[in-house]
Amino acid sequence: MTDTRDRIMLLLTAICAALLTFSLYKIFLVLPDEANQGAIYRIVYVHVPAIFTGFTGFFVALGASAAYLITGKLKYDAFAAAVTEVALAFATIVLATGMIWGRIIWGIWWAWDARLTTMLVCWLIYAGYLMLRRAIEEPTQRARLSAVVSIFGCVDILIVWKSIEWWRTQHPAPVLSVRDGGGMGPGMEAPIYWNWLAFMCLAVILVMVRTRQERMAGEIDSLRRMAHSY
Amino acid sequence: MKTFLRAAAAIASKDLRSEMRTKEAFNASFAFAMVILVLFSFAFDPDSEELQTISGGLLWLVFSFAGALILNRSFARELQNDCLDALMSAPVPVAAVFFGKVLANYFLLMIVEIAALAAFSILYNTHFSAQFWPVVLVMLLGTWGMTVIGTMFSALTVNLRMREMMLPTLVYPLLIPALMAAMTLTSDLMNGTPLGADNLIWLRVLTGFDFIYTILAMVFIDIVLVG
Repeated sequence: MTDTRDRIMLLLTAICAALLTFSLYKIFLVLPDEANQGAIYRIVYVHVPAIFTGFTGFFVALGASAAYLITGKLKYDAFAAAVTEVALAFATIVLATGMIWGRIIWGIWWAWDARLTTMLVCWLIYAGYLMLRRAIEEPTQRARLSAVVSIFGCVDILIVWKSIEWWRTQHPAPVLSVRDGGGMGPGMEAPIYWNWLAFMCLAVILVMVRTRQERMAGEIDSLRRMAHSY
Repeated sequence: MKTFLRAAAAIASKDLRSEMRTKEAFNASFAFAMVILVLFSFAFDPDSEELQTISGGLLWLVFSFAGALILNRSFARELQNDCLDALMSAPVPVAAVFFGKVLANYFLLMIVEIAALAAFSILYNTHFSAQFWPVVLVMLLGTWGMTVIGTMFSALTVNLRMREMMLPTLVYPLLIPALMAAMTLTSDLMNGTPLGADNLIWLRVLTGFDFIYTILAMVFIDIVLVG
């Protein structure tokens, strides 16, 4: 059981390393500088895949939280916690890369427009989720309450996603052709998707590691309870 | 449905009656609102022109901080003498208990807000009379969202050891979309801009926020309080 899991992780790590090397080569050595922005535009190949990965993670966490509430099995709760933590790491990457890009293009690290603000709020909500988990010791109570917070938080993702359509923001409009952006040159869009795939592999690996830790923590906890009860 | 509403009304009138007798939540909340209003005068020049443009935002800061005092303790106050357990074992849906508390909090919060609004416009010489009814509409909608989220998380954190710390860290980020909308709309209205094409999207966000979170809260309150 553990062996197959380890093998899958190793395989995924190899795939992820190969994909990342491939996209790094593409991004830095093959693609030309962009006409208006110069070299800095390349940050989009980290920024956009990271947000795709992060939001995928938050939605998976929503599903896992709902699964916990329906079935009452703690393994879903551990999974939701692991996924949220990893997704929050990717959300942090999004904010950081966005700020670096803003410093070069806008001349300022941060602008208080709807897109940036809602994204920061989203980050705060999920940080609150993780803090809440630390504040509760009883496992089923923790699972129950944090599942509800995860479901409540997901509404904000829709606002982040729609914000560039609802308001005039400084954040660049969608560039991908799937959202009628179509503003990128030929061959410039594909690395975004390849990097997304690579980031997803990385996220899956991290989630697997975190889930194992959560499971072990749960086992240790129940052993400790057993020891105390004697 | 009828029993649901009757139970909710019973809880609401119980909460309001106990508040009428002590007035402790109202007094604390209003006094706190006044303190914030005084502090604002040091944060910026109270006579300046820009005050008009930021007044909507300031007003909602007062509402949300003062309101938190009322909302935070709406379930925690039931812990004494195990009232919460009694409420949970009563033969009514948990959602009805929650809805009753929301109604009582909403009513109380509106009173505090009206008092704070009056104090604000006197102290800072702002005038919203030109757009009076739209301002009232935004206040009604914004306060509803605040009350639902606040009461919900008051229930969620009621049994936590670190209740006082967890509550604001969870409530304020979730409230921000509603507060953003309410602040922008109120500022616009106080500047004399009527509700129209430019700011209608904020009104939609605010209404959607209220709608979605009211439904979510009613569905999940059972899980939060009973399990």
